[in-house]
Amino acid sequence: MSSFIDLAKTLDWSPLWISLKTGVVATIISFFLGLWAARKVIKKDHRAKSILDGILTLPMVLPPTVAGFFLLLIFSRRRAFGIFLNDAFDIQVVHTWLGCIIAATVIAFPLMYRNARAAFEQIDANLVYAGRTLGMSELTIFWRIVVPTAGPGIASGTILTFARAMGEYGATSMLAGNIPGKTGTVSQRIAMVIQDGDYVTAGFWVVIVLIIAFFAIFLINMITGKHMKNVRKW
Amino acid sequence: MKRLYADIHRKIGGFDLDVLIDSDASRIGILGESGSGKSMTLKSIAGIEAVDSGHIEADGRVLYDSSDKIDLKPQKRNVGYMFQNYALFPTMSVMKNVMAGLGRPTEENRNKAMEMLRRFRMDGFEDKLPGELSGGQQQRVALARIMVTEPALILLDEPFSALDSYLRDRMQVEMLEMLEDYKGQVVMVSHSRDELYRFSEELFVVSEGHVIRRGETKTVFREPVCAKAARLTGCKNLSPVKRIDEHTVKAIDWGIDLRLEREVPESVSHIGYRAHSFRPVWGQKQENCVKFDPMRVDDLPFEKNYYIRTAGNNDPLCWFVQGEEQKILTEKGLPDYLKLTEDDILLLE
Repeated sequence: MSSFIDLAKTLDWSPLWISLKTGVVATIISFFLGLWAARKVIKKDHRAKSILDGILTLPMVLPPTVAGFFLLLIFSRRRAFGIFLNDAFDIQVVHTWLGCIIAATVIAFPLMYRNARAAFEQIDANLVYAGRTLGMSELTIFWRIVVPTAGPGIASGTILTFARAMGEYGATSMLAGNIPGKTGTVSQRIAMVIQDGDYVTAGFWVVIVLIIAFFAIFLINMITGKHMKNVRKW
Repeated sequence: MKRLYADIHRKIGGFDLDVLIDSDASRIGILGESGSGKSMTLKSIAGIEAVDSGHIEADGRVLYDSSDKIDLKPQKRNVGYMFQNYALFPTMSVMKNVMAGLGRPTEENRNKAMEMLRRFRMDGFEDKLPGELSGGQQQRVALARIMVTEPALILLDEPFSALDSYLRDRMQVEMLEMLEDYKGQVVMVSHSRDELYRFSEELFVVSEGHVIRRGETKTVFREPVCAKAARLTGCKNLSPVKRIDEHTVKAIDWGIDLRLEREVPESVSHIGYRAHSFRPVWGQKQENCVKFDPMRVDDLPFEKNYYIRTAGNNDPLCWFVQGEEQKILTEKGLPDYLKLTEDDILLLE
């Protein structure tokens, strides 16, 4: 125990901040993108829906290293799009914090999208129709009726997205690398120190990750639990 | 001049909706079974459901016209729609629900909404969520939410079907009171003839996507004209007939010949007789009588329903006995015959 406290004093805390920052930014992007995509997809007919749904869910099903491979193909500075980003906007993705965000967003986005979609599909269409006949604009209907009504599903999607984005390892290590203080996230730090045989530091980070993960689950249960009161046990 | 004109054509799957609702009555009823297209008609008028072609006009404004390429968004139609489940926004308080159609939450709009809640005796409930209200209260809020936007037309989609039977009777009376001050037209769709008989001045009977009978409500009930409309208006006894001569028809399912004073039109295909209209006969058989041969009796709180075996061996005839007539039956015993009276015999096409 005392070794943990000594460790905490001398530890490089940068992985925690990088992971948290990445998690927050990736969640914000996924949140709006996920709601937008879910809203678009549920309006499509059955065929288009299943195709789009497959594409949007793919990053969740693929091994993260496969997603990382595709991301490298797109953003590598030796390839057209990467060159274009670099020359036209002076944007570099590979081995930068931006790479962390992109990798985490791509991997975590499907969780947001799927939860939002499931929540939207549960909504009574009459609520939307009622909004329309009352003269409310489509945007007002979406933000003031649909999103609040789908609230619990969206909230749990958001938290899952954050947890997934924060813990992302595979795609991040390929696209952003593990540069201490820059792209070195907690997950990558754990893998690195274990390779060095430093199980104490690894254990320390594991405890921190466990606390955050537990807190996330607790939060989900708090939010969805409020609406579970009337559910009958069986 | 208030006048609703809705000529609606729509093909969807195997279903063909092809209705014309044209009325200047202030309370209009649409009667039909579920799946008849009555709800779709209402949704088309509100602009929630797409229309292939036609013309929709309310309160002197064209809402839809396929040849002029007019198709106003539901937001622009100024048509109030009350949904079967009321569709109150579950996360908003009663107050916010009523203000939803008013735009910005200004002091003026708040007062308007409050005034409306007071009118519907829902003041004191402003901060409650819809889920905390009873069915009747939810309905009042739904109506307040519609009325506060001052719609040119109000559409009620099976407004009482979500209520239990005790509340249903009370809310039917209440609805008429609440709509008393409303100057525009109101259309109510229902499968319940009682609701519509009470509510509507003009009635449209819809079946399989078509209007099969229209007219002043009481007239439609008295003279349904066609067999389907007769059944929908609650005529329990229907039989196909064969016209024998100018004054005689054979009721095929009941196995009897009926003689009529009036002339039987060539076009007659069915005969209808309401379950309350039979006259009991003791002793000697008279003209236009069926033998009283009950196969089942249902004892209801204020009514006895007899189901009478017919010679045709088809569906039994229904005879519903109420009040005074019940007393006579207990005094004199069950009759030997039931007489069909001329005035009550419905000749149908």
